[in-house]
Amino acid sequence: MNINATIIGQAITFAILIWFTLKFVWPPVTAALEERAQKIADGLAAAERAKADLSLAERKSADAMVEARQKAAEIIAMSEKRRAEIVEEAKHEAIAEADRIKAAAKAEVEQEAYRAREALRAQVASLAVAGAERILRREINAEVHVDLLTALSAEL
Amino acid sequence: MSESAAPSATEYIQHHLTNFTVGHGFWSLNLDTLITSAFLGLVIFGTMFMVARKVTSGVPGKLQSVVEVVIEMVEEQVHDTFHGDSKLVAPLALTIFVWVFAINAMDLLPVDLAPMIASLFGVEHWKVVPTTDPNHTFAMSLTVFFLCIYGNFAAKGAGGYAKEALTVPFGPAMAPANLIFRILEDLAKPISLSLRLFGNMYAGEMVFILIGLMPIYVQWILGAPWAIFHILVITLQAFIFMILTVIYMSMAYESH
Repeated sequence: MNINATIIGQAITFAILIWFTLKFVWPPVTAALEERAQKIADGLAAAERAKADLSLAERKSADAMVEARQKAAEIIAMSEKRRAEIVEEAKHEAIAEADRIKAAAKAEVEQEAYRAREALRAQVASLAVAGAERILRREINAEVHVDLLTALSAEL
Repeated sequence: MSESAAPSATEYIQHHLTNFTVGHGFWSLNLDTLITSAFLGLVIFGTMFMVARKVTSGVPGKLQSVVEVVIEMVEEQVHDTFHGDSKLVAPLALTIFVWVFAINAMDLLPVDLAPMIASLFGVEHWKVVPTTDPNHTFAMSLTVFFLCIYGNFAAKGAGGYAKEALTVPFGPAMAPANLIFRILEDLAKPISLSLRLFGNMYAGEMVFILIGLMPIYVQWILGAPWAIFHILVITLQAFIFMILTVIYMSMAYESH
């Protein structure tokens, strides 16, 4: 156990190692450790946030689903109503159209009948006149009995 | 006992406990202590430097993980013990722990290996564990001692330091007694620090040498348990030296 100049040499070595560690080893490694700790903390926070976002989105989507379902039900009900209305309208229109056609046909038939009657009337008048002429050629003057004949034809 | 001309037990022990010294008197150097510790420092701190240069905050490699584990351990210990604002203490603690651990670990080499290799180069003695050389342990503890004095000045200023030395623990009336106590206390620190490490490692190495004296077929029965136990001692002594240094530094930086 003899102390000699080795102690000075060892102290110098030790001092160099301390300086070296202080300068080149400790700062970068601890900086990296801190950075990683920060990264992990950020990651955890992000995960937490993402979880919250997810639950929020889930709630939103559920709300949207309910709303959509409601809207769909409304639309179906509305279309149902509209369909009934359209059918009703069509029915009414069809009835009206039928009535119109019927009326028009009836009017035409009446007109035809009227025209036929007029024609018949004219023909009957002339036939009556012709018959009367033939009967009365000899005994009656047409000019004398024209009033009577006219009245007769009007009565037909 | 590898030598063919079997030396006596005393000679064998003497041989293993002698440093490879050049020079005379105080101005001589234990080259084995200097070279072994410097070589280990180069390897260990070189490795840590390589890791620190390529350090990543992403997924660390295996070597980086090892360095990180050690640094985190040291950082935690320093954080728990030291509350001053010194950037020096944590790297100092790391240096001590890693260096002392590596040097102590040389204890686990077979006791005859280093002298055998040295003899190949014509060197007669080679104590491979620098912590069994008081020059090494005192060099470390005195460096810590001076750093503590520096810390006292840095944290309290010359006036504050002098006031503390003169008034604690008995008050200003007993200033001379206080000063004597303080000097004794401060001197006891480096002495106990270095002698504890030296004593533990010297005793451990001595047991290894004694085991080395036994017949080859029984050496493992004692050698293996002692070596396994010494894994604990190696780590523990490195840790104790480190933690006491941190405590002394925190005493330097804090007012009593």
